[in-house]
Amino acid sequence: MKRFFARNAPAYIFLLPWLIGFFLLALGPILASLYLSFTRYDMVSAPRWIGWGNYEYMFTRDRRFWKALEVTFTYVALAVPARLIMALGVAMLLDKGLRTIGLYRAIFYLPSLLGASIAIAILWRQLFAADGVVNQVLAMVGIQGASWITDPDTSLYTLVVLAMWQFGSPMLIFLAGLRGIPRDLYEAAEIDGTPGWRQFTRITLPLLAPVIFFNLVLQTIDSFKTFSSAFIISNGTGAPADSLLFYTVYLFNEAFKFFRMGYASALAWFLLVIIATFTAIAFFTSKYWVHYENERD
Amino acid sequence: MAGLTLRNVGKRYGALSIIQGLNLDIHDGEFLVLVGPSGCGKSTLLRMIAGLEDISEGTISIGGKVVNDLPASKRELSMVFQSYALYPHMSVRKNLAFGLQNFKVSRAEVERRVAEAARILQIEQLMDRKPRQLSGGQKQRVAIGRSIVREPQLFLFDEPLSNLDAELRVQMRAELASLYARLGTTMIYVTHDQVEAMTMASRIVVLRGGKIEQLGTPQELYTRPQNLFVAGFIGSPKINMLQAKATRDAGRTVVSVAGMPDFAIAELPTDDQALTLCVRPASLRVGSGDVTGQGTIRLVEYLGSETLLHITLSSGQVLLASDNGRAPYRMGDPVTIGFDLSDLHYFDGAGKRIEPTQKESQIQ
Repeated sequence: MKRFFARNAPAYIFLLPWLIGFFLLALGPILASLYLSFTRYDMVSAPRWIGWGNYEYMFTRDRRFWKALEVTFTYVALAVPARLIMALGVAMLLDKGLRTIGLYRAIFYLPSLLGASIAIAILWRQLFAADGVVNQVLAMVGIQGASWITDPDTSLYTLVVLAMWQFGSPMLIFLAGLRGIPRDLYEAAEIDGTPGWRQFTRITLPLLAPVIFFNLVLQTIDSFKTFSSAFIISNGTGAPADSLLFYTVYLFNEAFKFFRMGYASALAWFLLVIIATFTAIAFFTSKYWVHYENERD
Repeated sequence: MAGLTLRNVGKRYGALSIIQGLNLDIHDGEFLVLVGPSGCGKSTLLRMIAGLEDISEGTISIGGKVVNDLPASKRELSMVFQSYALYPHMSVRKNLAFGLQNFKVSRAEVERRVAEAARILQIEQLMDRKPRQLSGGQKQRVAIGRSIVREPQLFLFDEPLSNLDAELRVQMRAELASLYARLGTTMIYVTHDQVEAMTMASRIVVLRGGKIEQLGTPQELYTRPQNLFVAGFIGSPKINMLQAKATRDAGRTVVSVAGMPDFAIAELPTDDQALTLCVRPASLRVGSGDVTGQGTIRLVEYLGSETLLHITLSSGQVLLASDNGRAPYRMGDPVTIGFDLSDLHYFDGAGKRIEPTQKESQIQ
């Protein structure tokens, strides 16, 4: 034992900052929140154990919880495919071999760097406001635009459009995937008279499946966690008419506005269960549609 | 089946010219091999014929019809790629059938052709496997099968054997030759391997720098190379090249090679004094010949059926001789090496083949 430490001490010393960070800032709070989810805790008095009380309330009596789920699921169902289709489309255009591809890649990636920032969410709010740029452009062609953000029927869609605009990171991954498909497969298909659309559905999509799968999982997780854009655009309330009450916004308000830390912890853990379930479903179904070049038989 | 005609065909990438003013007639049912060193334009030419590369100038006709503007799929040809280009997510069966499905061939006909190709190539037991479950040779067979099912008028092969190991390459070479004999379809085959070219071709095109150096049967290329490049490129082991000096003397030409006695031949139709004289290793003889010289054995490579002798002449020039392998040679042994005048190839200062005006010649 002594010798083990003597030999490995330098390694552990170098690992120490990370270990401290992990145990104090990650694992500790994670376990604490699991405990808190079974308590009533307002940050002033000590947590009080209530067993499954928070979860019971969540599923049986909390209407806003169900509304938040509805908003979030709708958003995920729309934003993930929209962003992936956009990302794949742009990646395919870039893959066609533009001369200044590096520049375009950087330009197209930019929204992703900015996308999650507060500034862009504020900009989005102004673009889609009743007298915003979008409506001004529509007015030029004689269309009377809606009040996109304040109308509960359209507010969520403005966020879906924002999500689409943030296609940069999946696009880069798609582009790398497209580059990995051997060109002579397309040439063989060309000689065999395969039309472009069939090349896309029979060659590109199947060979890109591992990358699509990777992006799908990553983007689904990301979309379930969407917070800052929804928070800014709805002024932190989920308004109008709770149409932007994203799960994370609701969770944040429960925690830091109403100081129901126990309940917020329960919400957070349920979100983890949702994300884990979706990821598991994706992995389970992947064997039916994802082809890996090097998989073992 | 169809013949193919290339007229003044050129290919440029910007200022870079890959192929220049190339003219070529490929006969119906011929097995034509395009051979040349890396970067000579042979693969580009094949891809131009296939319709995978645009033509910068000239015309390409297949079966008498100009195909310059026809897409690859309308040229009624099929191509086997160096990398096999099999669709990795499809079974062998689907790989074979995929192309046919684009041409509105009935399902029964697709099945018939796929089964026929599988039978010819003996891959029937592999039909439900994916390409990653196949060996290199099996993949190659599937790639060829994919070409056969199309029943094209023209087969194109782009270095199809270069990813295989030596033994398999020999085997597949024989299989391709028998496939050609069976189908009789026009085939154009690109390789950098002159052995492949020699063993399979009806005719060979030797390319260098986008130009045809020589077109002919394997025998013509071997026995009468038109220039130094072809002489050096065709034939294994490589031909011996000797720097020689020619002096005209009363209707004869006296040839001097360092390390060998001078000899006279009938007049050579050139004013150049500096010539290159080539002789194949198999034509160099130990102990005899019209012209003989002394040398020392520097290296002995015993290959079983033959022995390769590296012989240094007194001038320092190294000659390679191929012997039948029966005599016990040792490094350092002195040796008399000779050749017959009829086995010599003469090239002028520009590297172009020249022939003595008369065949009969005599030693000075």
